[in-house]
Amino acid sequence: MSESNSVLRHARYVVSENPVTGFAFAMFLLIAFAALFGPYIVPHDPLASDTAATLQPPSIKHWFGTDQLGRDIFSRVVVATRLDFAIAISSVILVFAMGGLAGIASGFFGGWTDRIVGRISDTIMAFPLFVLAMGIVAALGNTVTNIVLATAVINFPLYVRVARAEANVRREAGFVQAARLSGNGEFRVLLMHILPNIMPIMMVQVSLTMGYAILNAAGLSFIGLGVRPPTPEWGIMVAEGSGNIISGEWWIALFPGLALMLAVFCFNLLGDGLRDLVDPQRRT
Amino acid sequence: MAKRTPKRTGAAVARDVPISMPLLEVRDLTVEFATRRGTVRAVEHVNVTVGKGETLGIVGESGSGKSVTSFAVMRILDRAGRIAQGSVLFSGVDLTTTSDADMRDLRGREMSMIFQNPRAALNPIRKIGRQIEDVLLQHAQVGNQDVGEHAIQMLEQVRIARPRERYHAYPLELSGGMCQRVVIALALACRPQLLIADEPTTGLDVTTQKAVMDLVVELTRERGMSSILITHDLGLAAAYCNRVVVMEKGRVVETAKAETIFTKPAHAYTRKLMRATPRPGVSLRDLLPEGDSSRAPASKAPGTRRATGALLTVEKLVKEYPRKREVSLFTRLFGPKPPIEEEIFRAVDGVSFSINRGESVGLVGESGCGKSTTSMMLMRLIDKSSGLIMFDGEDIGEIPARDFARIPLRKRIQMVFQDPTDSLNPRYTAARAIADPILRLDDASGRDVRARCEELARRVGLPKELLDRFPHQLSGGQKARVGIARAIALKPDLVVLDEPTAALDVSVQAVVLNLLQDLKDSLGMSYLFVSHDLNVVRLLCDRVIVMRAGQIVEEGPTKQVLSDPQSDYTRELLAAIPHPPV
Repeated sequence: MSESNSVLRHARYVVSENPVTGFAFAMFLLIAFAALFGPYIVPHDPLASDTAATLQPPSIKHWFGTDQLGRDIFSRVVVATRLDFAIAISSVILVFAMGGLAGIASGFFGGWTDRIVGRISDTIMAFPLFVLAMGIVAALGNTVTNIVLATAVINFPLYVRVARAEANVRREAGFVQAARLSGNGEFRVLLMHILPNIMPIMMVQVSLTMGYAILNAAGLSFIGLGVRPPTPEWGIMVAEGSGNIISGEWWIALFPGLALMLAVFCFNLLGDGLRDLVDPQRRT
Repeated sequence: MAKRTPKRTGAAVARDVPISMPLLEVRDLTVEFATRRGTVRAVEHVNVTVGKGETLGIVGESGSGKSVTSFAVMRILDRAGRIAQGSVLFSGVDLTTTSDADMRDLRGREMSMIFQNPRAALNPIRKIGRQIEDVLLQHAQVGNQDVGEHAIQMLEQVRIARPRERYHAYPLELSGGMCQRVVIALALACRPQLLIADEPTTGLDVTTQKAVMDLVVELTRERGMSSILITHDLGLAAAYCNRVVVMEKGRVVETAKAETIFTKPAHAYTRKLMRATPRPGVSLRDLLPEGDSSRAPASKAPGTRRATGALLTVEKLVKEYPRKREVSLFTRLFGPKPPIEEEIFRAVDGVSFSINRGESVGLVGESGCGKSTTSMMLMRLIDKSSGLIMFDGEDIGEIPARDFARIPLRKRIQMVFQDPTDSLNPRYTAARAIADPILRLDDASGRDVRARCEELARRVGLPKELLDRFPHQLSGGQKARVGIARAIALKPDLVVLDEPTAALDVSVQAVVLNLLQDLKDSLGMSYLFVSHDLNVVRLLCDRVIVMRAGQIVEEGPTKQVLSDPQSDYTRELLAAIPHPPV
C-alpha cells in the first residue's frame, strides 16, 4: 500500500515538474472516456442519415455540422474514437509482445537468434512501410484484424532495435551474472532480470508507436483499405470530406482530422511523461 | 632547470606578482547545487592556498567536496551548481568575477586539469598528436609550422616511446597508462602555472600509477609549477604532496604538512581516515575506529563446517580467446569465414592451485593478468578451454556454464562482485535481491524467505528498514552489504570476492573487510579474494597467489610473500604501493 502511495506521489511530482505531461495525460483520459462511453453519450445516432439536413455547417444542434448524408459529425467523431483506439492498442500490444521479445532475445543470446531476427526486421525495413501495410491488408483481406496485423508488422523493426540495443548492453552487467549465480536459467534471466530493466524505454516506444498506429489505421482507411463505410472512422471521414473542402464544406474533413491530430499529439507527449514515471533512477 | 616564461597575449592575469603571494588562494568558498529537494551546499567556507611550486593534496572520501572545489576553481561546475560565496584568487585576480571568455583563455594556458578517466578525456577519433596541436594552436603558443614538432616534443617529455610513430596513434590503440600520459602532455602543453589532477591514477595499476605520478611530479617540479592532487588515497597524497588538506562533508577539517598530518593527525576525522587505510604492520581490526564495539579480536573458534583438506583444486587451467580484430558487423555476418588457424590469445595460461576448506586465498595481479577470467571459470560463468576444476571431488569444469545455474552445486559456489551498484538489479529491492538465490535454489515459502532475508541482513549489518529500498536509494557500503548477503544466503563453501571493496571509500572498506572476516569465521567458508591491492589482500588472506600475463609467478603464505618476495614482479608490485609514513 505504501508502494502505490509512493507511485502516486511520484506521478504528482512528474506532472508538477513537467505540466505538458499533465496536459497530455488529461487529454488521454478524455480520449479514453470517449472510447469507452462514446456511443452512449453522443447526441445523435452516428449512422442515422437525415436527407433534410445535409451539409449543415456547425451549429448548436450539430456542433461539428453534418455530412453529405446529413449524419451528425460530432457524434461520428466521438464514436470513431473506440475503433481507432482499439486498432492502435491491439496492434501495439501485438508488436510489443513480438518485437520486444524477439529483440531482447536477439540482444541477449546473440549468434543465430540475432541473425534471424535481424534479417527479418531488415526485410521489413526494406519496404516503404505504408506500402507494406497496404500490401498486407490488400493481400489478406479488408478486415480490422488485418489492419491490426499490418500495423504491428510495420512497427516490428522499431521494437526489435530498441529492445535489442537495451538488452545487449545489459547482457554482461554484474546483476545479470549475479542472477546466474543465484540459479536463474538463461530464459529466467532474460524475463525476470533484463526485461523489467528495459521496460521504461519500451514504454516510451509504446507511446510513440501508439500515435503512429492510429495514424496508420486512419491512413489505410483513408485510401479505402480496412474499415468500410458507413462505419465511423477518422480516416474514412477525412476521405469522405476531402472532396467537399473545395466547395466550402470544410467541417466534414476538418473535425475528424483534428481528432486524429490531437490523439497522435497526445501519445507523443505522453511518451516522455511515461518514461519519467517508470524510470527508477529518477525516483527518490 | 630554469623556468621559462613564454610570451603570452591577452593576459587577464597580472604577471608580476610578488613571490610571497600564493598562486592560488581560495577564500571562504561556498558552492551550492540546485536539486529537486532545494539547494544543497556541496562545499562550505573552504579556504585553500597553493604556493608557487607547491604540490597540495586534497584528500577526502566521496561526497567530501574535493572535486567540487577544484571544479569551482576552474569554473567548470555543471549548470545546477554555482559559487554562492567567497572568492578564488589566481595570481591576484578573482576568478569568480572573470568573464567567460577570459576564463576560456586561462583554462589550458594558465591552469589545466587531469581527470580520472584518461580515455574519456581524449577524443577517440582524433590522432593524439593532433589533439596536442589543437591545444597549442588554441592558445597561440606556437606557429603553424612548428606545431607538429612541438607536439612530438611533448610526447617525448611524457616518456612515450617512439613519439614520432605514436603521434599518429588513436587513443584506443594506447593503454590506460599511456592515455593518461597523453592527457598530461595535453595539460602541460601550454606550460600552465597550475595543474589540478583529479584522481589521476584511480583505475590504473599500481606500477602504472607510480610511473604516472613520478612523471607528474618531475615535470611540475622541472617547470616550477604548482599542482593540486585530489585523491582518496592517503598514501598517494603523503608520497607526492608538500601539504595536505583533509576535507569532510564539504568542509576543510585539517591542513598540515604532509609529514606531520600522518604522524600527528590533529582532527578526529583525519585520524579515522588514517586508521582505515590498509598499510603494513596493522591487522584487520586496527582499521576500525577506536572504541568500536566490534573491535574484539577475531574469534578463532572453528566454524560450523570447518575441516581440512582441499576444497577446490585447479590444474593446468587454460582459457583461450581468438584474438579479436575490429571487424564490422557487416563483415562478421556476410564476410568470408576467418581462416581456421586464427591467432589465439591465452588469457589464462596453465594455472594450477588449490584452496583448502576454511582458507582464504588472495589472487593478485594487475589488470589483464587473467585473475578475473580465472575467477569467472571457477564460478562456472564461462567455460574453460582446457584443464581441470575439481570442487569437493567433482569435476565441475566439465559441466557447461549455461547448465550450471540450475544444478544443486550452484549453491555451494558464490561470488561477491566488484561494483556493488552494477551487481544489483536496479528494479529489485534489497530484500528481493537477497531472496533471489533462496527462491531459485532452495525451496522456501514466502514468509520463510522474508525471515531468512532479515536474518541475513542482520548478519551483514544492514538495517531491516532498508530491505525494501531499491539500490539507488542505498549508499555504496549498504549496496556492498546487500551483495554480500546475497552471496552468503545459501551458506556456500566457496566465495569468490572480486575486488569487493574497490569501489568503496576507505572507512567503508575497513568495515566491509572486517565483516567478511567475521562471516568467514562464523560460517566456515573459503574465500578466493581477487584483488590488485596487496595491502588489502594481506589483511584477509592466509595465502597469496601472484599472477602475471595468465601465469602464476609466485605463491605462498601471505606473510612470506609480502616480506620476502621471490619474484621480481612481486617486488615491483610491492615497491609501487605508496605508503603513508607511519
